Amino acid sequence: MSATFLGMPGNFPENSQKAVQDSQLRYNLRKATHTIRGKRADVVGELPDWAELRAAGKAIKDHTLRNLDRYLVQLERAVQDAGGTVHWARDAAEANRIVTGLVKATGEREVVKVKSMATQEIELNQALAAEGITAYETDLAELIVQLGDDFPSHILVPAIHRNRSEIREIFLEKMPETPAGLTDDPPALAEAARLHLRERFLRSKVAISGANFMVAETGTLVVLESEGNGRMCLTLPETLISVVGIEKLLPTWRDLEVFLQLLPRSSTGERMNPYTSMWTGAVEGQDFHLVLLDNGRTGVLADEVGRQALRCIRCSACLNVCPVYERAGGHAYGSVYPGPIGAILTPQLRGMGSELDASLPYASSLCGACYDVCPVAIDIPEVLVDLRAKAPHAAAEKAGMKVAGWILDDHRRLAAAQRLASKVRGLVPKKRLPGPMSAWTDTRDVPEIPEESFRDWWERNERA
Amino acid sequence: MRVALFITCVNDTLFPGTGKAVVSLLRRLGCEVDFPAAQTCCGQMHVNTGYRAEGVRLARHFTEVFAGYDAVVAPSGSCAAMVREQYPKLARPGSKGAAAIAEVAPKVYELSEFLIDVLKVEDVGAYFPHRVTYHPTCHSLRGLRLGDRPARLLRHVRGLELVPLPGAEECCGFGGTFAVKNPAVSAAMGADKTRNIMDTGAEVLCAADNSCLMHIGGTLSRQKTGVRTMHLAEILASTEESQ
Amino acid sequence: MSAREEILARIAKAVAGTEDVEIPRDYRTQAATGDLVELFAERVDDYRAVVHVLPAAEVPGWIKERLAGRRMIVPDGFDLDGHESWPDLHTADGVVTGCAVGVALTGTIVLDHGPGQGTRAQTLVPDYHLCVVRADQIVSSVPEAVARLDPARPLTWISGPSATSDIELNRVEGVHGPRTLEVIIST
Repeated sequence: MSATFLGMPGNFPENSQKAVQDSQLRYNLRKATHTIRGKRADVVGELPDWAELRAAGKAIKDHTLRNLDRYLVQLERAVQDAGGTVHWARDAAEANRIVTGLVKATGEREVVKVKSMATQEIELNQALAAEGITAYETDLAELIVQLGDDFPSHILVPAIHRNRSEIREIFLEKMPETPAGLTDDPPALAEAARLHLRERFLRSKVAISGANFMVAETGTLVVLESEGNGRMCLTLPETLISVVGIEKLLPTWRDLEVFLQLLPRSSTGERMNPYTSMWTGAVEGQDFHLVLLDNGRTGVLADEVGRQALRCIRCSACLNVCPVYERAGGHAYGSVYPGPIGAILTPQLRGMGSELDASLPYASSLCGACYDVCPVAIDIPEVLVDLRAKAPHAAAEKAGMKVAGWILDDHRRLAAAQRLASKVRGLVPKKRLPGPMSAWTDTRDVPEIPEESFRDWWERNERA
Repeated sequence: MRVALFITCVNDTLFPGTGKAVVSLLRRLGCEVDFPAAQTCCGQMHVNTGYRAEGVRLARHFTEVFAGYDAVVAPSGSCAAMVREQYPKLARPGSKGAAAIAEVAPKVYELSEFLIDVLKVEDVGAYFPHRVTYHPTCHSLRGLRLGDRPARLLRHVRGLELVPLPGAEECCGFGGTFAVKNPAVSAAMGADKTRNIMDTGAEVLCAADNSCLMHIGGTLSRQKTGVRTMHLAEILASTEESQ
Repeated sequence: MSAREEILARIAKAVAGTEDVEIPRDYRTQAATGDLVELFAERVDDYRAVVHVLPAAEVPGWIKERLAGRRMIVPDGFDLDGHESWPDLHTADGVVTGCAVGVALTGTIVLDHGPGQGTRAQTLVPDYHLCVVRADQIVSSVPEAVARLDPARPLTWISGPSATSDIELNRVEGVHGPRTLEVIIST
């Protein structure tokens, strides 16, 4: 069972400070994110119409969100017409109740799972376990996280914080059938996972998945993956339950032509991911259930600035390019959604009641690299700044900002403050500032305060 | 051409030399430079830290002070980007504030933009016989899209050897109040940036923002590297006589 | 109020007064005009799949030779005289199928599991997949492929053999799906 993020103590600055000191983690993350950055840049650069695809992707999502109620009803009808059953869940508890009930009705005690952010978000595995049902993650990275009793740290590659030798250790310890001679060669590790899961795939009667896209017009669900574990889960079991966030909708079949280009190139940096499965309703005799999940999404939709986060297609390009994520790692964000998108999604989905969630909008230098690579043009810095205005502020900071605002409101007050600073310039310690500003001088010297501000120089020399 | 200098509060208070350099450079190129005395701050620190009300007040003040100029030049990519990119989001559409912003914001230029796009000059007649590397700050790179404008100006400086900076496009870790709110990550980013700077063998690190240079420079100085930081304006203002 | 009604009501309230947007579709629908067979072959090969380009007349003989002595699933509707289909999914060495569409730009094969393409399980469980793509089935781009496909059918898009990037974000071939993908382009 992987660990749960809910109720995690601390805040982003403290969590990331620990991560920064973990040199193994920093090495792993640096290597992985720099590899994928290069691959993404190459395959995006191949398409001369990337900007046009991005504009279309953004507009399709905005149009869908504007008409989400209408399209959800259309989707429901299409899935039902194709023999599927549709359920609606207001929140995590309701979704978990529905899924648990469906599994219990089959009489099975085990389910196989395709990697899904939505089921991680609602902590479905924990809910199933509480009812005596064991969920087996089948994505390689999810398996590594689950076996290691660990937290996911990346949207696409939840075990990105682990390197090959750490993965080997986990496999040797937690997969009894693994031969002792297992090397840390990635193909050997993949082979070990293949053998470990093979039997489980063939035996399982119930599978649980998410979906990357749902098409309202046709009722089609779409899952993109690499390993084939998705195909195994979607195809072989008798019952398939898909838990999907309501924002994963696309209006028309044709819209897939945009997103099947945007997503693989942005996420794994490939022209196309190895496998994409599309199915409409109950296929080849399967019993199919779709659980449509709100869990805070309609609240996000009501926010004029923040709602753009619902365009997200979970590609992880923003994580891979983020200098803060690269150094802090995914766990510091305390959510299944780490990185820049997590910093705007988590506080909107969960609120900013906890110290951790209130610190997330500040977990960014606002460098804008995330916005540049986002395939649906989510202006993450814009949402971060908007959330900062809504976040609770510490009393001392509030007072300081108020004083700074008062001084800057009037150039005469600013000039007086500058003259005062120049007067005491000899007293300002270059290496150690007091109070909260010590955070600056822990690693950086203070610039010398000049004898005279620019405006005083101008007054003296230029004002005729 | 009558140009207003928006010095920015950081330059005004801590880096007056940059302001003096802009004045002498623009005059050398035939501009009449005015310094509206009532100017203070663009409001970026307040807005980006979550103090919108104060930020909006400062933005209103900015639009009043700089209304009516042909061009406003700022030796800061970050503050110019604040006015051009973020101001329009601060006012209600259709309001008086929105109209004032629409009037002033397009006339605000970062220095290298003003030189290349408005004055149409790449060779500003500078002389600076040193090995220099250039850090494109995030807001000038991804906000204003300055592209290679600063590099084009630097390549025309006589005596100057411009060496490429590895990982140039990555943030230095300053990020305004980010530097003190998330000091560990900020310092880690700064340390990686300084390592890349050291690898170039440059004597001088140049950028279009003194705020980022204050962070990188503070790190370079703490690490006793001997590498100096200089604002783009100060290099472009240098001549044989001033050396 | 049911969950359905409540969610729909929340949405209606959340988006009230929001303007709708036009969708600009200025991207390319056709990606290449040159030799699609060559481009397709090159892109399939990039995934480390095995690619052969053969004149149509030589394909059946080539396949028979390839399959000789192997326990191969030959699905209904796949035209191959004299080769018995192996009856058991779990002990088969491989499967041979046709496809619905090939996408040149991305090196992708799409199966709609119609005649000659087998069930979804048949192209998944065996470790070897031999797929025949007719030259006239190859389109240049993803938009052209989407337009040709029938959403009512289950669809499997295949780009190279099974792979993972989960270890240090480097691509490794061969996890749960067929570890060997061999593609014949029949011209």
